[in-house]
Amino acid sequence: MELTMVILAGFLFAAGVYNLLQKQLLRIIIGTALISHGAHLFILTMGELKHGAPPILTEGIEQYTDPLPQALILTSIVISFGVTSLLLVLAYRASKLNGTDNMEQLRGNDYE
Amino acid sequence: MLLAVLLPFIIAIFIPFLSKWKDKFHTGFAATAVPAIIFIYFVQFLGTGFEPVTQEYTWVPSLDMNLVFHLDGLSLLFVLLISGIGSLVAFYSIYYLHKSEQLGHFYVYFLLFMGSMLGVVLSDNVFVLYTFWEFTSLSSFLLIGFWNYKEASRYGALKSMLITVFGGLSLLGGLVFLSVITNTTSIQEMLGQQELILNHEFFPLILGFILLGAFTKSAQFPFHIWLPDAMEAPTPVSAYLHSATMVKAGIFLVARFSPMLSSSEWFFLIVSTVGIVTLCWGSYMAVRQTDLKAILAFSTISQLGMIMAMLGFGTEVAIFAAVFHILNHATFKGSLFMVAGIVDHETGTRDIRKLGGLMTFLPITATLALFGTFSMAGVPLPFLNGFYSKEFFFDASLHLEAAAGGFSGVLQTLLPYLAVFGSIFTFVYSMYFFFGTFRGQAQINELPKKPHEAPIGMLISPIILAAGVIIIGLFPDLINKPFIEHAASAVGGTVIAEKIYFWHGIIPPFIMSIAVLVFGTILYLTRTKWAPVYKAVPGKLSLNKFYDGLVDRTERYSAVITNGYMNGSLGRYVRLIIAAIIIVTFSVMAITDGFSISYDNLSEVTIPELLIAALMIISAVGASVSNKRMAAILSLGVVGYGLAMLFVIYRAPDLALTQFIIETVTVALFMLVFRHLPDLKTRKEPVTAEITNLVIAGGFGLLLIMTAISAHSNKLFDSISSYFVDNAYKLGGGDNIVNVILVDFRGMDTLFEIAVLGIAAMAIFSLIRLGREKEE
Repeated sequence: MELTMVILAGFLFAAGVYNLLQKQLLRIIIGTALISHGAHLFILTMGELKHGAPPILTEGIEQYTDPLPQALILTSIVISFGVTSLLLVLAYRASKLNGTDNMEQLRGNDYE
Repeated sequence: MLLAVLLPFIIAIFIPFLSKWKDKFHTGFAATAVPAIIFIYFVQFLGTGFEPVTQEYTWVPSLDMNLVFHLDGLSLLFVLLISGIGSLVAFYSIYYLHKSEQLGHFYVYFLLFMGSMLGVVLSDNVFVLYTFWEFTSLSSFLLIGFWNYKEASRYGALKSMLITVFGGLSLLGGLVFLSVITNTTSIQEMLGQQELILNHEFFPLILGFILLGAFTKSAQFPFHIWLPDAMEAPTPVSAYLHSATMVKAGIFLVARFSPMLSSSEWFFLIVSTVGIVTLCWGSYMAVRQTDLKAILAFSTISQLGMIMAMLGFGTEVAIFAAVFHILNHATFKGSLFMVAGIVDHETGTRDIRKLGGLMTFLPITATLALFGTFSMAGVPLPFLNGFYSKEFFFDASLHLEAAAGGFSGVLQTLLPYLAVFGSIFTFVYSMYFFFGTFRGQAQINELPKKPHEAPIGMLISPIILAAGVIIIGLFPDLINKPFIEHAASAVGGTVIAEKIYFWHGIIPPFIMSIAVLVFGTILYLTRTKWAPVYKAVPGKLSLNKFYDGLVDRTERYSAVITNGYMNGSLGRYVRLIIAAIIIVTFSVMAITDGFSISYDNLSEVTIPELLIAALMIISAVGASVSNKRMAAILSLGVVGYGLAMLFVIYRAPDLALTQFIIETVTVALFMLVFRHLPDLKTRKEPVTAEITNLVIAGGFGLLLIMTAISAHSNKLFDSISSYFVDNAYKLGGGDNIVNVILVDFRGMDTLFEIAVLGIAAMAIFSLIRLGREKEE
C-alpha cells in the first residue's frame, strides 16, 4: 500500500508543480494547495501505515500507529492553511490593484 | 620607524581642519613639513657603515601578521626618494594649486599615498606589504581623479584602478603561496628558503603572480596603458606618483624578491623581455605624442622598462646600474614634470605644437629642462647623471652571464641592439621635448596666456632636483659608497664594488652611446619626414582600443547574460529552480547508485484506498485542467476530502478532523475570493511551453516518488515513537498521544504555529484595511 500512496503523493506533487508553472494567480494558489496535500500524504506514508490502532491509549492494545508523523502533519496543515489564506487575500489585493491576475504582466516596473 | 610610517596618516587626519584656514595659510605647508621630517630622520642612516635595521610591532600575532619594518639599503634608497621628492613636490604644489581648489582633499590623499608608499618599501611582512600596496592603488585613484568634474580624469582614474588592482590581487595570490610554502610571513626569512621555493611545484605560479603584480604597477608592456591616462591628474601628482614613487613600487617588488627568484631562467627571460619591450615601445610611443605630459608619461614607461630589464639581467653590473638609475630617473623625471607644470601654468597649454621659442620668456625653466632632457637622453657630458646609468646599461647588456641557449640565447644576442634601438628614440623625444618647447619660432598670440617666468617658489623644487642631476653627474662617487652600494648589495645579495667613472676609454658601451647620439640626431632632424610612419604604427592595433573594447564588451555581455535569465518572469524562475532540483537530485542518485526498492514490511493493498486514490488523481487532474473557477476549486476540495478519508483509513482521527475542517474553510475562502478574480482563461500557451511544463512537473513527481521509495526501503533506525506511546500517560497525563505530543512533548512547535496563524490573520486584516483606506 505504501507504494500506491507514494505514487499518489508524487502525482499530487506533479499536478501542483504543473499548476505552479501557470500564469494565473488562482492557479498558482491551487498548485500550492495540491503540493501541501502531497507533502502531508508523504509524511504520513513515511511513517508506517496501518500498523496498529489509532494513537489513543486504550486498555489492552499494545500496537499503535506512529503518533509522531501525525503531530507533525497537524502542525503543517495549520501552517499551510495560514499561508494559503494569506496568499488568497494577497492575490485578491494584487489583482484588484493592478487590474490583472496574470503573473507575466506583474513584473514590477522598469524604473528599478 | 613605525612613527615614520604612521606620521603621514596621523597628519592626514588633521589636514581637513587646517584647510579651513586655507585663505591665510596654504595647507601645503603642513604637508611639506611631514616628508621633510621623515627625510631628515632617514638621512641619518646614510653612511659607509650602514647596517640593516629591523623593528617589530605586534598587530595580529595569531595570524603572524605583524608590523615588521626592515630598513636595508634598498628600502633606504626608496624611503629617501619618497620623502625627499615628496617634500619637494608638496612645496611645488603650494604654488601650483590655487587656494580655490579643494586643498584639504588633495593633501589628505597626498599624505595617505606617501604613508602607504613608505609602508610598502619598509614592510617585511608580506601581508602588511600587500595592505600598503593596495592603499597606494586606492590613494593614487583618488589623486588621479582629483579634478573629478572632468570626464577624462574619471576615465583615467578608473583605468588605473582596474589595472593596478588586477595586478594587486594577483600579487596577493603569489604572496599567499609563498607564505604557505615557506611557513613564514617575513620576506627576509623567505629569502633564506630559496631552494625550497625554486624547487616547489607551484614556483611558476608564484613567479607569474608576483611579476604580474609588479608589471601592472610599474606600467610595463602591455599594462602600461593606464599611465598616459593618469596624466589627467594635477602635475605635482604626476611628478610624484608617476615618475618617482608609485610606478617604482613594481620595480621595488622585483628587486626585493630577486634574490629569491632570479636563479630561475624564467625570471631572466620574462623580466628582461618585458623590460626591453617596454623600453622600446615606450620610447617609440613617446615620439608620437604632442602633449608634454604624455611625452613624459611614455618616457617614464620606457625608463621603467630599462630598469626592469636590468633587474632581469641579474648580473652585478646590471643590478648596480638599475639601482643607480632608479635614483637618477627620479631626479631628472621629477624636475621635468615640474617643468611641464610650469610651462602649462605660465602659458595655459601643454600642446607642444602650439609651444616654441619659450627660451627668452622662461630662461630658468628652460635651463632646468635642458639638464633634465639631456640627462634623460644620456648625452655623454660629465655633469649629467643619466649618461652614467645609461652607459652601465649598455655595459650590462653586453656582459650577460652565458645562457643555456634556446630562446635565452637569442634574447641575449638581441639585447644590446634592442637597448640601442630604444635609446635612439629616447634621444629623439628628449630633444623634441626641449627644442620643441623652448626653441624655434614663438607663437605668443596663439597661447592662452602671455608667458612669463614662474614665481620663485615654483622653481625651487625643480632647481633642487636639477642640482641633484649635476651633483651626481660631477661627483658620482659621493653617493656611491654610502648609498648606492648598500642598495645594490641588498638586491644582489652580495656586496658589489663598482666605481663610477665618466671616461672608460673607447670601449663598446661608449661606441653605443655615440651611435645613439648620431642616429638620434639624424632621426630628430628628419623628424617631419617620418610622420607617416609614426601615424601608421600602431594605428588600429592600439592597446587602448583593446582595453576599451574589453571593458565595454564585459559590461555588454554581462548585461546580455543577466537579462537572458533574469527576465522578471516568475514562471521562468520557478522552472529554473525546479529543473535544477531535478537535475541535481537525479544526478546524485545516479552517481551514488542511490535508488533501491524493497517490498518488505509493506501493508496490504485494499480496494477502498485504491478507489480514494483514483478519485484524488482524477480531481487533481480536474483542478489542473478545468477552465471554470468553480469546478477547479471544487475539484481541489475533493482532493482535500480524499486526503481526509485517507487519514481516517490510516487511523489518524485528529488529522482527519482537522483536515475536514480546514478543507471546508479553505474552499469557503476560495469561494469568497474567486468572485473578485477574473475567470480562468483558456490556456493559449504554445505547445512547446506546455510540454516543458508537463515534463518539469512529471519529472518532479517522479523524483519524489523515487526518493520516497528509496527512503522507505532503507530505514536504518527504529522510530522513537515508542517513547511517546509509553510515556504519554505517565508523563503527559493524557490518552490521546498526538495531542500530548502537540501540547506537551513538542509544545514549542505549537506555540509558533499559533504565532504563524496570528501573523497571517494580522497580515490579511491589514491587507484588506489598507485597500479600503485607499479607496475612500
